[in-house]
Amino acid sequence: MFRFLVRRVFGALVILLIISAITFWLFYAVPRDPAMMSCGKNCTPENLEQIRKNLGIDESIVMQYWHWLSGIFAGRDYAGYGYCDAPCLGYSFANSQPVYGTIMDRLPLTLSLAFGAAVFFLIIGIGAGMLAASKQGKFLDKFASSVSLLGSSLQIYFVGYIAMFFLVGELGILSQPSYTPLTDDPVAWVSGLLLPWLVLSIIFTANYTRMTRSQMVEQLSEDYVRTARAKGLSKRNVFFRFAWRGAMGPIVTIFGVDLGVLIGGAIITETTFSLQGIGRLAIESVFKSDLPMLLGVTVLAAGAIVIFNIIVDAVYALIDPRIRLA
Amino acid sequence: MTPPTPSAAAPLEVTDETVDKSPTPATPKGSESRSPGRLAWKRFKRDRTGVISACIVIFFFVIALAAPLIAKLYGKDPYTTYASQRPELLDAFSYPAGPNGGMSSEFWFGIEPQLGRDVFTFLLYGIRTSLGLALAATVVTAILGVVIGTTAGYLGGKTDYFVGRVIDILLSFPSTLFFIAFMPVIYGLFVAPDENIPTSLRAISLIIVLSGFGWASLARLLRGQVLGLREREFVEAAKVTGASPWRIVFKELLPNLWTPIIIQTTLMLPMFVTAEAGLAFLGVGMIDPTPDWGVMIQRGAQFYTEDLTFMLFPGLSMVIFVLAFNLLGDSVRDALDPKTKR
Repeated sequence: MFRFLVRRVFGALVILLIISAITFWLFYAVPRDPAMMSCGKNCTPENLEQIRKNLGIDESIVMQYWHWLSGIFAGRDYAGYGYCDAPCLGYSFANSQPVYGTIMDRLPLTLSLAFGAAVFFLIIGIGAGMLAASKQGKFLDKFASSVSLLGSSLQIYFVGYIAMFFLVGELGILSQPSYTPLTDDPVAWVSGLLLPWLVLSIIFTANYTRMTRSQMVEQLSEDYVRTARAKGLSKRNVFFRFAWRGAMGPIVTIFGVDLGVLIGGAIITETTFSLQGIGRLAIESVFKSDLPMLLGVTVLAAGAIVIFNIIVDAVYALIDPRIRLA
Repeated sequence: MTPPTPSAAAPLEVTDETVDKSPTPATPKGSESRSPGRLAWKRFKRDRTGVISACIVIFFFVIALAAPLIAKLYGKDPYTTYASQRPELLDAFSYPAGPNGGMSSEFWFGIEPQLGRDVFTFLLYGIRTSLGLALAATVVTAILGVVIGTTAGYLGGKTDYFVGRVIDILLSFPSTLFFIAFMPVIYGLFVAPDENIPTSLRAISLIIVLSGFGWASLARLLRGQVLGLREREFVEAAKVTGASPWRIVFKELLPNLWTPIIIQTTLMLPMFVTAEAGLAFLGVGMIDPTPDWGVMIQRGAQFYTEDLTFMLFPGLSMVIFVLAFNLLGDSVRDALDPKTKR
């Protein structure tokens, strides 16, 4: 287990390194000078040079990348901003705010969105899938399957507005999506995020229902289930103690992928509900050609994806002892 | 020369007789040779859901193709702002004057708020743009995935290792984030900053970005399949007869891979439709005034509290299309690969 984790973490770091390098390099393919943008109307060559120096973009691209990288681990000196502490991701080109601080400000919202929605779609999705599997071919099964198929064809940018129109505007049941930190006011936190959670779970649930159902159906036809039943164990017991365990593997896999995607920025969700999370930050920095901010968000998003991949593999081994991690 | 002929003919006659006799009882069940494709088609025809959803999907593609013709018969186009010629169409707040978003016998799906364009033709052309882009992206992705996946799997060794790592990296990219991050990069390669980006360039960039990140999963799947097929006798036989690697990959291996390729492609197209619309919704893909599903939803989002009707048309038509395509995909999978359970 330990060796597996070390190897996977090392692999993840390499992937993050490559992703950040590619983003860095590709951004330079855009012929747009950030110094020019912050220089304004009365721009003299000396001014421009000074701004380049302040922003730390007066060197070659390889050296810039190196400085950016070493800044994360060792901190970095900026001519324009002074010393930047250890996890230093640089300063925004657009508003001169430290990237690390901005991301940390926005992260709680994105995390709340992701984990809150995950609670909903896991419970509803796995529950509906199990129900469908236990009532194979009956009405409930067909109903759950059709609803999940419909759910998987819906889009946040459509359902989100429809839900806001009816639930917030017409009926007034839910409040307009907003974010209050959990520690400030838990009630406001829930009521502000309830609508995005529900809409996200409508869309994500489908996958889990289908996957749980097909996995359970497959497990229930296995020999060990028949043996357990023949031994006299009750149907419920077999269902919840044996088959369940075998069915969870693939569900953990897709959950890991989904969580990585959600934390890496639910860009469309945040845009739809006008929430200022990591996703909004990413798209704003694209529009403003704000490389340091975009790099920070990208590394965070890719990091979330690779970390959850590792966690998934480890959890997989815990659930299913047949899998060896070496 | 002559002696062998009768001796060869004699057993032929005998076999003919036996062959003639044995199939007669089996004929009703269908003794004529049936290719796997034929069998799949037969299975598909029996699947009612599949046939209905295929009809819906075909309907969408037909109206997308025939959009200019329909618009001509209907007598309007998606670009003219009808409200500027006839101000009575919109009320004082620039929302459609008539009920239900201004739906009438003249404007079937109503009028767009603010600018006063015709919703029906805008939607038709929008479907045309979105489906065209998604289809192009699907074709490019499928070609990339097939070529890269099969060659990597067949060649093995260093090529395979390298391709495998590239796939790993691509699959850990946060895809939506990279779509939006790379669109400006590709524009920047072709157009100077602050210059207008032509629509054709936007279309090409979208196809590049979508397929550039899309091929990895297909390639990984096919690579795995090829690894299994590579050791089979028919590939060995082809190698012994001196077939080139190129020939083996495309003439021997590829015909065995059609099933996964078709299944993956049917999953891909609706995904690209929604991804393309999502990018337009975020403002990085197609932009107004180009008619597009995502552009319409983005426009609709600006005034959904006042005029929901405008949002319903693109939204619902997209849900119907994606749902029909997903159902079609399931049926195709069942028909091609009856063993797999859903």
